[in-house]
Amino acid sequence: MHPSPTKDFRAKEFRYSSFFFTGITGLATYLIVALLGVVLVNIIIHGWPGLSWRFVSTIPKKDVFDPATTGILPMIVGTTIRVVVMTVFVLPVGVITAVYLTEYAHNTSVMTRIIRTAVNNLAGVPSVVFGLFGLGFFINFVGHNLDLVFNNGEQAWGHPSLIWASLTLAVMTMPVVIVATEEALKAVPPGLREASLALGATKLKTIFKIVLPQALPGILTGGILAVSRAAGEVAPILFTGVAYYMSDLPTHLTDQFMDLGYHVFVLSTQSPNIDQTQPILYATVLVLLILTFALNIAAIFVRSKMRRNMRSLH
Amino acid sequence: MSENNNQTKPDRQVWTGIKRGQSWHPVEWVAEKLIFLVSLTAIVMVFLIFAFVTREAVPLLLGQINSAATQTVIPLADMDKTPPEVLQAYLELTPEQFASMDRDTKLLLMQTKLDAAKEAPDDKDARINTTEWRYLFWPYKWTGYDQPSFIWQPVSTIKKYNIVPLIVGSIKATVVALLFAVPLALAAAIYVSQLARPKFKEVIKPAIELLSGVPSVVVGFFALIVIATVLQKMFGYESRLNAFVAGIGLGFAIIPVVFSIAEDALTSVPRSFTQAALALGASRWQAAWQVVLPAAIPGVFAAIVLGFGRAMGETMIVLLASGNASIMSWNLFDSARTITATIAAEMGEVVAGGDHYRILFLIGSMLFVVTFLSNMAAQLVMERLKKRLEGKA
Amino acid sequence: MKKNIVHILTFGLILGAFITARAGQITVKGSDTLVILAQKWAETYMNQHADVKIQVTGGGSGIGFAALQAQTTDLCDSSRKARPAEIANCIKAFGKLPTEYKVAMDGLSVYVNEDCPVKELTLNQLQGIFTGKIKNWKDVGGANAPITIYSRENSSGTYEFFKEHVLKGNDFASSAQTMPGTAAIIQAVGKDKGGIGYGGAAFGTGVKHINVKKDDASPAIEPTEENVENQTYPIWRYLYVYVNPALDKDDTGAYLKWIRSDDGQKIVKDVGYYPLPKNYRSNR
Repeated sequence: MHPSPTKDFRAKEFRYSSFFFTGITGLATYLIVALLGVVLVNIIIHGWPGLSWRFVSTIPKKDVFDPATTGILPMIVGTTIRVVVMTVFVLPVGVITAVYLTEYAHNTSVMTRIIRTAVNNLAGVPSVVFGLFGLGFFINFVGHNLDLVFNNGEQAWGHPSLIWASLTLAVMTMPVVIVATEEALKAVPPGLREASLALGATKLKTIFKIVLPQALPGILTGGILAVSRAAGEVAPILFTGVAYYMSDLPTHLTDQFMDLGYHVFVLSTQSPNIDQTQPILYATVLVLLILTFALNIAAIFVRSKMRRNMRSLH
Repeated sequence: MSENNNQTKPDRQVWTGIKRGQSWHPVEWVAEKLIFLVSLTAIVMVFLIFAFVTREAVPLLLGQINSAATQTVIPLADMDKTPPEVLQAYLELTPEQFASMDRDTKLLLMQTKLDAAKEAPDDKDARINTTEWRYLFWPYKWTGYDQPSFIWQPVSTIKKYNIVPLIVGSIKATVVALLFAVPLALAAAIYVSQLARPKFKEVIKPAIELLSGVPSVVVGFFALIVIATVLQKMFGYESRLNAFVAGIGLGFAIIPVVFSIAEDALTSVPRSFTQAALALGASRWQAAWQVVLPAAIPGVFAAIVLGFGRAMGETMIVLLASGNASIMSWNLFDSARTITATIAAEMGEVVAGGDHYRILFLIGSMLFVVTFLSNMAAQLVMERLKKRLEGKA
Repeated sequence: MKKNIVHILTFGLILGAFITARAGQITVKGSDTLVILAQKWAETYMNQHADVKIQVTGGGSGIGFAALQAQTTDLCDSSRKARPAEIANCIKAFGKLPTEYKVAMDGLSVYVNEDCPVKELTLNQLQGIFTGKIKNWKDVGGANAPITIYSRENSSGTYEFFKEHVLKGNDFASSAQTMPGTAAIIQAVGKDKGGIGYGGAAFGTGVKHINVKKDDASPAIEPTEENVENQTYPIWRYLYVYVNPALDKDDTGAYLKWIRSDDGQKIVKDVGYYPLPKNYRSNR
């Protein structure tokens, strides 16, 4: 039987239609969770045997499709660097925007509404369009002009690289950070702000010394969610920096890089022998999933903890 | 401060209205202006995205691109007779490039034009500029085809850029995704927001949200390796990868979107609605179905529209699982080539700045416009809904 | 506060280390088809010449040419000939025709499902099948079953080559499913009884390789290593490296020469391609 409605409101007589439809909707809910479960279990079962320390710590020097010698260290490193660089850019901008929206802006002013609309729209732009944007703006425009100004037209910036991929992802994940930070800022009790003002602090001081530290877990959640979203994205980096194969780890921000998600794509489509590469394909998927899920679960955990703390503050 | 600001708590109104506290400081003023400026980034970015994605497609829109296989050739001997402006346009050079280039190099460039012309086919379609609007959207009877058809064959001696098959492909996959995801996600949203115990809700909501944490390349991989095989066994259709498989994969990706928006809308319906219905003797289900859902229906609409936008824009899943054949067919079990997959697959090999490159940016900006509009529609509806519900409450 | 400054400084230093210019080396960029081979060449060459550093990246032939024009790469790997527009761009960028070197051969096989009774096809029949004129296996001596075509993405050099040489420039049938890689084709054909696809002759376990006849009169040739190398098997192509002639000297020049020497060509077989005929090799 499915969980019955809350007791105090339960209708007196038993109704079949009610029972039936509650069951159906409940079933749908379970089905979604079950689908997720099937995906996870399938990937874990097939991926686990292929996972080893050697696999995650090896730089493939010859053939990425050979299970005996290949590894995914450069992909892990590439994905990590690109999300770290992205975070450096997206966190300050996202947090400051959220500060403006919650602490300064009038909720009904035209500017606020435009900013909010823009944030929401940014969240809905297709990832492949971000890729085109990265190519058209960062590489062909910013990079190209940097070269013209600083390098006499010799190309150092105007080509796909880590920095442009990271910046593209930063633009893409900005809404995630803004929304999470806003939520956290709104949850800070107004009494704290008033107390700080009453003690003679300026508004800016109050925000930086009282409000933001209180909201830190929420900002953290936003950061983690952004990183998790960005870590799994492939389409925005396709034309902005990812490399099919590199023999060395990237050492400069203007280098290209290998990437876990893109490597999943490469392994599942380019391999000369499907059966042979299946184990490493699954293992790579598992690593990517572990990475994004660990981040997601961390975010959920931090957020629920924050909500509980805030409730006790009110 | 405006009077009609009724959704924020009064104390928040006071706070945002506060200027700078007791001891005013010029640094504060600068910092505030800076904060304001930074907060404009989102607007600037949306604008830049539109501007720079379309910028690459502009020469196409202005008709400056000619993709004809055979173009008029100027013989090498005529080089000195040709006026410089004509020669510069012919060699596709900017004035600065033209001025700084020596004669030998220009001759070399002219030779490449000649070589290209020699390879060009002797074909009735060879002189057509295939990037004109009518060839992008209307069928045409190309050499070698029996009837006027919509053809996407961008790598060819005569490049055929008809966008219609791609639009059809995108719509096909999106429709399947919506048919699969919307009923499931809506039912789950009703259940979680109206019928489930609060304890259960605390577990199930993050679980469904976790689904959005599965990277799309992983969903695509799963659709390619597992779902495709399972569905083919179940339905026994011919081509293993098709719009149906891709749509189911897309469904996975949009369930969390539709769910969370719909759940949000349903939850924002005031408790008093349900309580009133229950007091009148309705069952829990009747209250949810006949009172709460109708009140939140614009939110449900918004959820579907956002799901549509997300499905149209999803790339890796369709790239991996749709089979990518550019067929003009509405059959869901035929393979489909979507706009997004086309961009992702073809961008790597195009000549930068060439006609194919511009076309890909053109369909990219079309995609941007479609998702932008669906986003705006969803936002507008959602905003109105919240206002109405709060007004009533 | 001081702690913060220290943090920012360290971070800046790390960032700075990333930004500074890199040391001189040979960079190779281009076709994903060639990237594994190029890497193997680079590894072997660097083992013999400790002072040379070679950096290989893929991305696609088009990306390779773009980088060649922009002079961000020394060598451009390509699985197809340069297009006129790309040559023109190179001339605009560095005033000379880029030098083209043939560096290896690749044989293309036509794959069918292992249960498919058809063993050999003529080039004409292949053209008919892949352009969509022949739709049923019974027309080419097989069972009465529809043919499903699996092709490559139009961004691949393999696609272009097949289109030009087997389809004689005609378009692939619109119903052809385009797969992002050889693996996907092999997997699809391996599972689809009516499937037909194409890809590297050295690849493809789990599918049957069709023997190809030039025309009705000529014998059916199996795509074996020997037949591709002596060019009796009709579907093969060269793989290329392009270079700015101004850079074709010193280390880069020596490396290019080595690739095309007997030593370099020995490696080609390991990754599924075929060595150049003797007359195209460099002699050292």
